[in-house]
Amino acid sequence: MSRRPSDESTGESSGSGDAASDPLRPADHADSPAGPVPGDSRGEASDITQPRLGFVEWLRWGWRQLTSMRTALVLLLLLAIAAVPGSLVPQRSADPNGVTQYFANNPDLAPILENLSMFDVYTSPWFSAIYILLFISLVGCVIPRTRHHWKALRAKPPRTPARLSRLDVHRAETLELDHESDAAAAAESAIEAAEQQLKKAGYRVERYDARGTLSVSAERGYLRETGNLVFHASLVGVLLAVGIGGGFTHTGQTVIIEGRTWVNTLLDYTSFNPGRFVDEDALTPYALTLDRFDVTYQPSGVQGAGQAGNFVANLTTQLAGEDPQTGEVRVNHPLDMAGDRIYLMGNGYAPTLTIRNADGDVVFSESVPFLPQDTNMTSLGVVKVPDGLDEQMGLVGFFYPTQAPLSTGAFASSYPALINPVVSLDVYVGDLGIDGGTPRSVYTLDTSEMEKLAGRGTDVESIELAPGETADLPGGRGTITFENDAPAGATGYDGSVKRYVSLSVHRDTAATWVLVFAALATAGLLAALFVPRRRMWVKATPQGGTVQLEYAGLARGEDPTLDAAVEQFATRHLDGLRLAETRQPVSTPDVD
Amino acid sequence: MPESSALTLDSVSVLLVWTAIAVYALAFIAYAVDLARRGAVAVDAKDAAAQAVRARELALAGGGRGSESIDAVRAQEKKSEAALNAPIGSRERLVWARIGTSLTVLAFLFHLGGDVTRGIAAGRVPWSNMYEFALTGTLLVVAVYLGVLFRYDLRFLGTFITGLVVMLLGGTAIWFYTEIVPLMDPLKSVWLVIHVFVASLATALFALAFGLSVLQLMQARRERKTLALARATAEGADAAALASARKTGPGFLKTLPGTDALESLAYRFAILGFIFWTFTLIAGSIWANDAWGRYWGFDTKEVWTFVIWVLYAGYIHARATRGWRGSRSAWLSIIGFTAVIFNFTIVNMFFKGLHAYSGLS
Ligand code: HEM
Repeated sequence: MSRRPSDESTGESSGSGDAASDPLRPADHADSPAGPVPGDSRGEASDITQPRLGFVEWLRWGWRQLTSMRTALVLLLLLAIAAVPGSLVPQRSADPNGVTQYFANNPDLAPILENLSMFDVYTSPWFSAIYILLFISLVGCVIPRTRHHWKALRAKPPRTPARLSRLDVHRAETLELDHESDAAAAAESAIEAAEQQLKKAGYRVERYDARGTLSVSAERGYLRETGNLVFHASLVGVLLAVGIGGGFTHTGQTVIIEGRTWVNTLLDYTSFNPGRFVDEDALTPYALTLDRFDVTYQPSGVQGAGQAGNFVANLTTQLAGEDPQTGEVRVNHPLDMAGDRIYLMGNGYAPTLTIRNADGDVVFSESVPFLPQDTNMTSLGVVKVPDGLDEQMGLVGFFYPTQAPLSTGAFASSYPALINPVVSLDVYVGDLGIDGGTPRSVYTLDTSEMEKLAGRGTDVESIELAPGETADLPGGRGTITFENDAPAGATGYDGSVKRYVSLSVHRDTAATWVLVFAALATAGLLAALFVPRRRMWVKATPQGGTVQLEYAGLARGEDPTLDAAVEQFATRHLDGLRLAETRQPVSTPDVD
Repeated sequence: MPESSALTLDSVSVLLVWTAIAVYALAFIAYAVDLARRGAVAVDAKDAAAQAVRARELALAGGGRGSESIDAVRAQEKKSEAALNAPIGSRERLVWARIGTSLTVLAFLFHLGGDVTRGIAAGRVPWSNMYEFALTGTLLVVAVYLGVLFRYDLRFLGTFITGLVVMLLGGTAIWFYTEIVPLMDPLKSVWLVIHVFVASLATALFALAFGLSVLQLMQARRERKTLALARATAEGADAAALASARKTGPGFLKTLPGTDALESLAYRFAILGFIFWTFTLIAGSIWANDAWGRYWGFDTKEVWTFVIWVLYAGYIHARATRGWRGSRSAWLSIIGFTAVIFNFTIVNMFFKGLHAYSGLS
């Protein structure tokens, strides 16, 4: 069952082609002939028989350490262990808010973890050190093996061992000749038949005839080593594609409100993360218009009520100089635009608010994206009115697509669609803090320099509006209107509030390369794990009126089917011979 | 549990699943009896054999009754290996193992029924939340086990497989039951079908490799102890030392293949599992690229998929590294499967990440 290719048992020391056709393994590979092993005390001892190691010897010794199987193994296990903390502690790359939260919750522990790069595990020096060492080891291991394998691919199968009976699998048969025919000729044709049969089975064959004995030596499964090398080399490919490709990747986020158009320029992005080699001014010019955003909600009263699904952003797309086209962005189905991929990352409501000053002049009129806070789309939003009023004004509050009171007296949305839409706003006046040039998020209001005029903690109640309603601002400062955006003829509040989508625009040309290398690695892996590498020998010795036939097989690496393979081969070969024997008596071969 | 008492398809599914759990539990008992009886039979056989080889053994190792020579162990193991590979028709008649297997098949049919009705009730593949992954995942574990039985007589793993399934499926039915709700948008993808199914298949293969690796370690311990015992007997150690050395583990080990055979079988399942896991990793990346806009982001679930992949790569390497083949590499297979189970349970339930599809609240 278990097969250990044991080099001692092959008795092939004479085989000249042998060492060349064996895969070159690190010295501490389980299948390497026992001998000095780097890192092994015995091995070191033999290295250190010289009085002192010179610098070059040290280097060589170190290199052999690094490219040994044991080092690769230890580094692999270290890599597995080192990857774990990144799943226990929030990572900046995947969950920046989680990191902020973690600092707030664990003020003592967080700085210590920060010093250990625990929030950036996968770019940390220690994680990088492990995988860089691993890949150096990998390259150091693969290059000499590739060179060796290249030669092996053109080498002959090894000389037939003297005693086949010492091999893993061995079968001896006697071919009785019913005719007084020439045993030598019978042996010759038996070996020729074997040679043909082996060739057909994909073996590389070589005849080794000695005095009185004919034999064919065959080897197959070079693909196993090829697969192994392709696999390991492709891992390097994956790493390089990821590493270098990252430099050419850019991702950017944007928000588009229904009816608005977004243009692919740096200015129009809310955030943009370019890779090192990205030319930010060379973005492909195209425009996207959000015609409509669709979503369906599970009706209330059934399982999963309110669950949202079938999100579709219906867009009009236009490449510079071309006709507009329609496009769709759905979850799992990004839109391809000139090599960019556009993803639907989120959606929400953007109530249109109009603010007039005491004279009735419009000082603000915009659809304001509110950020959803829960699955029922209770959404938080901020309005900033820098000009047109005596003082700068800020409004902050919630939008509820279906307002319902909570037991605490506060409100929340009880359903994500527009059943009972209400916007509720607190009013502040003072300094918005946007004049100093410091960038401020449009989604937060810094109230440190402002006075609260309406809302909790003041005498005035928050402003509450349904679509189409208007209310006075506190202190006679003017009015605010919640515009009803419903198209003419709409029923209820359908379409009364605009929706917006947040889109993420990605360009990652290297992803294809990563996939190609990953696929290559998988193909290599399949060959490396499942192609059996084995040797087979057939030997024929004429003896009086008989031919002694021997079949032998030797596994090179894992090969659970060797027994069956030799058995099957021998049976077919013998059947063929016996058939030939009965059909036509073996005659003296033609000699030319 | 569904609240409505009406016989909906989903409640039929739940009923079938509970029936399956009960029958698996019976199969577990039958398999356990089988192992116990194997132990007893092994002792009887050894006593009989001991009569025959007593003289030779006495001369060889000075061993008395109760001590086995390592040769005898090897001979027994050779026999067990032949039994392992015996085709279905000519297998040993192990009554309790047969009962165990029949019950497992029966339970599997209930389980399959439960899984399929759940899928029909939900109108999609039944592996879209934690309850369903567990349902289908354990189904595949049993399917792979039963499938492998056609090729190898692995019924000695029956207790492990049925025990594992009773625990996972029972735990799932009690704690993870989730009402059928429509699929979330990110899950509406062919990759759900491929990625999750292949991952479950890999898990099933890793489970078999794990069981074999555990047995391999137990067998290695027994071989070591037997050797030590033979040596101690030869050296005429005192009775107490002999008695302690004689504890070589459960009796059924004597009817199992040797460490080498167990190891190479475990390895074969592990490399198959590894291929499927590699596929899982790649399919997951492709899906992530469609759903989240990046193929890799070290999300918690991605981290654990990667860790498991690297652990099994380590295991395969270890098998090819001198000094690691054998028991040490077996430990890696065990650690690898522990990580698989951890990933499936703890990571799904408690770790934060984008893969928030367990459907648990
Ligand atoms: C990124 C790190 C590595 C990974 C993920 C990895 C993975 C694997 C896998 C999955 C196999 C089994 C498939 C096959 O035989 O081709 C394997 C085999 C092998 N690897 Fe690696 N490897 C890594 C690094 C290395 C390094 C650094 C070395 C050199 C010391 C190495 C040497 C080998 C050898 C010699 C085999 C053949 C084992 C056999 O004879 O069965 N690998 N590796």
